[in-house]
Amino acid sequence: MTPLRMTALAAMAAASLNAAQASDITVGMITTLSGGGAGLGVDVRDGFQLALDMAGEHAIKLVVEDDAQRPELAVQIAERMIQSERADILTGIIWSNLAMAVVPSTVAQDIFYLSPNAGPSALAGANCHPNYFNVAWQNDMLHEGAGAYANVLGYQNAFIMAPNYPAGTDALNGFKRYFEGNLAGELFTQVGQTDYAAEIAQIRASGADSIFIFLPGGMGISFMRQYEQSGLDMPIVSAAFTFSQDILPAVGSAALGVFNASQWSPDLDNAANVEFVAAFRAAYGRIPSLYASQGFDTANLILSAAAKADVNDRTAFREALRAADFTSVRGDFAWAPNQHPIQKVYIREVVEVDGEITNRVVGVAFEEHRAVHGENCNM
Amino acid sequence: MTLALVLEQLLNGVQFGLMLFLMSAGLTLVFGVMGLINLAHGSLYMIGAFLCAAVAAASGNFWLGLVAGIAAAAAAGALIEILVIRRLYARDHLDQVLATFALILILSEGVRMVFGPFPLYLNVPEALRGTVSLGIVEYSVYRLALIGFGLAVALGLWALIAKTRLGIRIRAGESDREMIAALGVNIRALYTIVFALGAGLAGLAGALVGAIQSVQVGMGEPVLILAFVVIVIGGIGSIRGAMVGALLVGVIDTMGRFLLPRFFATFMETSQAMGVGAALASMLIYLLMALVLIFRPKGLFPAHG
Repeated sequence: MTPLRMTALAAMAAASLNAAQASDITVGMITTLSGGGAGLGVDVRDGFQLALDMAGEHAIKLVVEDDAQRPELAVQIAERMIQSERADILTGIIWSNLAMAVVPSTVAQDIFYLSPNAGPSALAGANCHPNYFNVAWQNDMLHEGAGAYANVLGYQNAFIMAPNYPAGTDALNGFKRYFEGNLAGELFTQVGQTDYAAEIAQIRASGADSIFIFLPGGMGISFMRQYEQSGLDMPIVSAAFTFSQDILPAVGSAALGVFNASQWSPDLDNAANVEFVAAFRAAYGRIPSLYASQGFDTANLILSAAAKADVNDRTAFREALRAADFTSVRGDFAWAPNQHPIQKVYIREVVEVDGEITNRVVGVAFEEHRAVHGENCNM
Repeated sequence: MTLALVLEQLLNGVQFGLMLFLMSAGLTLVFGVMGLINLAHGSLYMIGAFLCAAVAAASGNFWLGLVAGIAAAAAAGALIEILVIRRLYARDHLDQVLATFALILILSEGVRMVFGPFPLYLNVPEALRGTVSLGIVEYSVYRLALIGFGLAVALGLWALIAKTRLGIRIRAGESDREMIAALGVNIRALYTIVFALGAGLAGLAGALVGAIQSVQVGMGEPVLILAFVVIVIGGIGSIRGAMVGALLVGVIDTMGRFLLPRFFATFMETSQAMGVGAALASMLIYLLMALVLIFRPKGLFPAHG
């Protein structure tokens, strides 16, 4: 914890002692701050904190803990946050396997869970819950955008690959749901895998004309670096995770020209986003990633609900969350009945602007996209 | 499935194995000579990669970065040995595990404080980019160079241990610590040198591999686990065992990831076969370790026969 944030927390604690308002909200953030996935968690946390700072909000107490990308640790932290910290809302989880371990028991204890990233299909369908809101997307959605755009690009024979965990399965299913060409090959890799020589050899032998990958965090860096050295030059199409701002500086020029689907991009031209990107750069000295935008939106959703209802009145607060009366940096935002967003899915291209590698919007995959699994949710 | 594909995968397995060897050699040497279990070995691998990336970015020269990475890891190793490890030789293995685990946490957090939480950029040197044709296989020049590096280091290590005075002392230290101290060898200095040597090898592996992987905090731990598997299979304390174990693990892991999904796909639906195959492939080397331990409880080449 930085000294600045420590003082901020102390100040908040002092303020809450003075005011002792009934409406004070404790938000427990369980996120990944160490290991290969640290960049994602750091961005969610920083985006969230930025929204609180910009609102000058003192009635929200944020408690952050590192889950080290380990499900059993995330479960322990969640219990502690609910029992000792008396958290009203949990948020922050990056990885779907961790979300599957934490979310069902959390929402069952009448605690809200607002997902700033992971959106496993199970929680969008049969296991949807009134206390579970996904502010980002259902996992499949962006990959569906990649599949649809692969058709536009005229790819006929794609090799597809993702890590072997719930979000990886969702990714491949999402891509296949919309892609109309053939599959030259399909592979599951290990979560956190660092060497892709065996996979690249199979891509080479497969005769594919294009590649779809879902490899978030360090996995994407490793793959792209090795792909660049392999002599292969098939085009890659992907969702935003593998070509997000948290890893682009480390991937370097190897990523240039890749098309990826996203609900958000740093160059989206709406007032809220322009302000967000500028404020984020000023506060942290880097371009925000989509994870940061999702953290920012999650905090603003909580702030909007807090302005309308007391969190101790769960029913009223839930209705206030459902109203989604906040300005999302992605533009229009609305809930589907399963409390996942209905949103536009953009196509971005990795480009170099003023010596920085980043994304820019080049097209739209879907105008109003919603999670297909919502059909199985009876809310 | 063509011959070229199988050949490429074999090369991949050998390359992976040789990098594992660089990691395991230091680990097994330290255990053999000092009887110490060093969990922080992966952190030295990380230090090598980070320093290489930082120096390469600042100077624009990968080779300068490589030298800096090795030097930094070796220096960090020597420092750790003098400050912490030295106090642990007489303790039991549980104390060593606890202390070196603490070192992992301290070093990871330290690297995060210095370099930040985001991965660093480190690219392959200009001269080793692209691919080269090896008859029927088109292979990455850099991976081929990694094989060359691994073999050269293995040869150098063998020469060091078999042909030099330092090597004689290391071997003597492996067989009887008290006796060589009694004979007037400065055992403290020898321990520091061996530890720094192992650390330097880990730093070398980290820097070399960092160019084609993600240079990030915590990158050493997954490799450390594999390195432990290697030295358990090879026989703890034996360099020769580490070499054989590393190649076995490298080739079996790579071939498993490649062949198992295909095998299951012959009688299962594709995406299901991929899932089962990938899950089983990730267990394969641990099954190998269990199998070796059943028949050779001290590993393939036990150091203290």
